[in-house]
Amino acid sequence: MSATNTLSGLTADKPGTPKLLSRSAPRPMLRLLVAVVILLVLVSLPFFLAPYPLSLAGRALAFGLLVVSVDLLTGVMGMPSLGQVAYFGAGAYTAGLVGMHLSTSGVVQLLIGTLAGAALALLTGAVAVRTAGIVFLMITLAIGELAHIGVGSINAVGASNGLAGIPPVSVLPGGEPLVVPGYLYWWVLAVFVIGFCAAAVLNRSPLGRSMRGVRDGELRLRALGQNTYSVKLIAYTIAGGVAGAAGTAWVAQTQFISPGDLGFDMAAFALLSVVLGGAGSLWGPVIGAGLVIFVRDWLGGYIEGRGTLLLGVVFVIAVYVLPRGVAGIKWRSLRRKSSES
Amino acid sequence: MTTTDNPILDIRDLTLSFGSLTAVDGVTLRVQEGARHALIGPNGAGKSTLFGVLAGRLRATSGQIFFNGQDVTALSEAERARKGLVRTFQHSSLFLGMSVLDNVRLAVERTISQPKRPWPNPRRDRAVTDAAMTHLESVGLLSRPSSLCGALSHGERRQVEVAMVLACEPRMVLFDEPTAGMSVAETNRFAEIVESLPRKVTVVVVEHDLDIVFRLAERVSVLAAGKLIADGTPEDIRTNDAVQEAYLGTSSNDALFGAAS
Repeated sequence: MSATNTLSGLTADKPGTPKLLSRSAPRPMLRLLVAVVILLVLVSLPFFLAPYPLSLAGRALAFGLLVVSVDLLTGVMGMPSLGQVAYFGAGAYTAGLVGMHLSTSGVVQLLIGTLAGAALALLTGAVAVRTAGIVFLMITLAIGELAHIGVGSINAVGASNGLAGIPPVSVLPGGEPLVVPGYLYWWVLAVFVIGFCAAAVLNRSPLGRSMRGVRDGELRLRALGQNTYSVKLIAYTIAGGVAGAAGTAWVAQTQFISPGDLGFDMAAFALLSVVLGGAGSLWGPVIGAGLVIFVRDWLGGYIEGRGTLLLGVVFVIAVYVLPRGVAGIKWRSLRRKSSES
Repeated sequence: MTTTDNPILDIRDLTLSFGSLTAVDGVTLRVQEGARHALIGPNGAGKSTLFGVLAGRLRATSGQIFFNGQDVTALSEAERARKGLVRTFQHSSLFLGMSVLDNVRLAVERTISQPKRPWPNPRRDRAVTDAAMTHLESVGLLSRPSSLCGALSHGERRQVEVAMVLACEPRMVLFDEPTAGMSVAETNRFAEIVESLPRKVTVVVVEHDLDIVFRLAERVSVLAAGKLIADGTPEDIRTNDAVQEAYLGTSSNDALFGAAS
């Protein structure tokens, strides 16, 4: 995946062009082509993978969407956050409860879960986005930990044992439950694509521009007459909704959610994925998320569960080799190329 | 001194203290609508601080600011900007990770579109882009709209600042040392831009380049050690002894303004 994108970056900007190009080089057709190829690969995975790796891929996609929500705040708006797991959890638990008591429809669970994530983000964000920098990071850490501990003490949702016995989702109300791993994976992929597209649309919208304005100079944006608090709160709410959608996908894949899934390590891994992938670009952090799940859950399986340790090593190397993450690769190679020519 | 009944900016006994240091000391000043007003004074006189208080970044310790007949002393910076009181910054303050066009679009979007709409709208976004390009054209930066602001020269960044301020649809612009670090050609260009502004836009400029001050300003106020020590026509200021004293510690007119005047 990264190889094709590196290629697209090289062809999009011919070295030696004196004019400086903006970071997102406009080559819509090529970008669309790359996106379609990647999507086709993702869609065709069930034909190649055994059930376990496929379920891992589904979890990676759900986690990837969580990472997208973290990246909206961290990369696009410049506010690193550890709190998105709370809204991920809100979406996951809501979807699980809806599945057990109301409707097994994935569409219904997705809608309600997304709303739950967004609503919780609106409530908590009203306080959190008044802060910035380290204070914001600590407040979002507290939000995540409160959700983690809070949900672990509620017996109605299984307390620390988690919410078990969630029935498999169907797409529409009254539809066939998705018990075949491939169908289930496709549903998770569909949720991921919807969430990713929503984030991409947001990124290109006026609000996305205002969010980048907050990142590059919040005070300057205020001096232009912009109410930055409302920009931040709306963005935070939308990011919470995206995290909630990710939670519903996670629950659809695993049919289980426990406080352990909203722990500090999940929040830290999500932020790590953003850094690995390259904050600010949307696709980079998704690749970072895939890398994190792959190293921790797949490679880790071969070294007796020391995946987290291995992840730490990968992270240290990545920070040195790819300071701007996976998404930064093409620009670095581009610059090297143009200085040679 | 003529005073009409309706000044656009009316500063009354404005004071700002940082602890025991009084940066702005009881300044009372009126600026008429449409005026071309310069604020001069030695380094450390409190000019930029006064701008900060007027724009709302800093809170006045005491005193009042009336803008367009309304008390804006308690309003935030963003609220004052929405009323048309905007400023540029002494040290260019741009969104360096964004393109030149996006910098101006941020300003345009706030005035004529919806900066918080979370989806694109081709028709409205096109209007925003067109307006932003018009503003860039008016400052002579049309050739590089997609350059990152961080890659611009100092003079070009100042031009972007001006384009952004114009995009705010201001009733009054506070220019804080707009020509500092500019080449002679860029300085000229800036003066032309200010001269071409419609008369409904009031201009107050803090400036060290006295050629620019006397080229643009119809009225000059002099600040020294936080106090307003003179306010009058450029001619009055040239011959004012207190101004000589503050600037040079002498009262030699020729040394300060040149023998030609």
